[in-house]
Amino acid sequence: MLTTLLVTIAVTSLISLFLALLMVIADATIGNYGVVKISVNNGTRELEVLGGQPLLRSLQQEGIFIPSACGGRGSCGLCKVKVVEGGGEYLPTELPFINEEERTQQIRLSCQVKVKGDIAIEIPEELFYVKEFKTVVERIRDLTHDIKEVTLRLIEPDGITIKAGQYVQFVVPEYEDLDEEVYRAYSVASPPGDATHVELEIRLVPGGICTTYVHEHLKEGDEVTINGPYGEFYLRDSDSPIIFIAGGSGMAPIKSILLDMEKTQNPRAAQYFFGARSKRDLFLLEEMKALQSSIPNFTFVPALSEPLAEDAWEGEIGLITDVVRKNVSDGHTSEAYLCGSPGMIDACIKVLTELGVTEDRIFYDKF
Amino acid sequence: MHNFAIFFASIFTGNILLTNYLGMCSFLSVSKELKTSLGLGAAVVFVMATTTPLNWMVYEWVLIPFGLEYLRFIVFIIVIAAFVQLTEMALERYSEGLYQALGIFLPLITVNCAILGASLFMVIREYTLSTSFFFGLGSGIGWALAIVAMAGIRQKLKNAKIPPGLEGPGLTLVIAGFMAMAFMGFSGMIALT
Repeated sequence: MLTTLLVTIAVTSLISLFLALLMVIADATIGNYGVVKISVNNGTRELEVLGGQPLLRSLQQEGIFIPSACGGRGSCGLCKVKVVEGGGEYLPTELPFINEEERTQQIRLSCQVKVKGDIAIEIPEELFYVKEFKTVVERIRDLTHDIKEVTLRLIEPDGITIKAGQYVQFVVPEYEDLDEEVYRAYSVASPPGDATHVELEIRLVPGGICTTYVHEHLKEGDEVTINGPYGEFYLRDSDSPIIFIAGGSGMAPIKSILLDMEKTQNPRAAQYFFGARSKRDLFLLEEMKALQSSIPNFTFVPALSEPLAEDAWEGEIGLITDVVRKNVSDGHTSEAYLCGSPGMIDACIKVLTELGVTEDRIFYDKF
Repeated sequence: MHNFAIFFASIFTGNILLTNYLGMCSFLSVSKELKTSLGLGAAVVFVMATTTPLNWMVYEWVLIPFGLEYLRFIVFIIVIAAFVQLTEMALERYSEGLYQALGIFLPLITVNCAILGASLFMVIREYTLSTSFFFGLGSGIGWALAIVAMAGIRQKLKNAKIPPGLEGPGLTLVIAGFMAMAFMGFSGMIALT
């Protein structure tokens, strides 16, 4: 009886050991690609990594974060990167996410491409500055009945290089029914001048994973992980007059841009149209009014679409599109920056093009 | 001659998918397109044709001498997993073309029950080493044949009006049933033992 038992254990162990050894040897020989070079943006940066891993992970280990929501499982299709050389053929797992045009440009899913030899890639330069940050919640305050302002203090690393208007991803930890981390993007409302804090404005969306977490679970002093900054929504360098349009928590990136303009005493003419339903959806009115005197050529135009009787509202009334049409006479030289819901943005783009703003000068952040 | 008979019997009369309903999971999920099912089919042919004799060797030369036949389930699975993993690594390294065509499907079929099924049948039916190779090869081809046929049918179905309740796996299972009945036409032609 005892011998049977011992023989069984010995034989199973030996078989497993033999196979495991085989795998280890294979890993060290067949699976060993040695040190390979990743050349980023025509040699702007040269990375040396151990070959055999997915590109996304190799870059991550070198501190370059490609936006990805699924964590490298090939299901979100976000981690697209231009592979100039050494990427090999397209894999069937990539094809569902790549269209014809991207194919001709050699755009690949970086979580599927394995780095087996020297490889050359091109990524937007902003991604060099993308990092993961450990932060702690310094303050949470109510801006309106459904929008909270969350101020995060950066711990590790303790400073962020950001352009006003960009966004970060908020990592929602497991809570209640959520059994894996998810990422949600939020625009940064604090100005780039304050490198040690990140301020977010988060509106409660019924049933929203992250917004519910922030509104019902997050407390001051909690630790929060974010990564970023990302995004192409920032003030372009020119002399053109600026039209800002935002609704709800779309205030965040515009506020960041305005605070930056205040700091640099930017002389460009700027109008900011902020749309809300009634007075209880308006916030930061005092701050915006104060900016009118501290930014050289800035006017703030809040507008209510459905003011209540008790609001005693004397400002603009109507849909934001109508208010813009009424206050902007000629948009031929203007640049427009929009942030808000897709419906609002689409309607505004239509009105702006009618007013003469060309589409290449309309920048927006839809959420 | 016997090997030859087993080879054909395992493709047609005893088709591992349509008579034993093994390997249904990938059969249902990867049969949407002809091209991918061809790749998966080829990977199954390869893995079955190699792991069945491999497991025969492990069984006859290691498990039987020690009287450990009852361990075959777990040992077979480990052998298959290790072998598939090694093959994938080798393909990835040395043959981009083959990796494109076969390699990416290999992890999918490590735990395919048809692969383990073939090894277990080989034990029950007391095949010899050479017979188990032909049995594995034939079973693989039979499986590939079935999934390719299914993919062909499903591609036609894209243009058909299907009641919503039957879409996807529902109708695929019904079709698999019909195909199994069609394959019953071969039964009695050649025996599997």
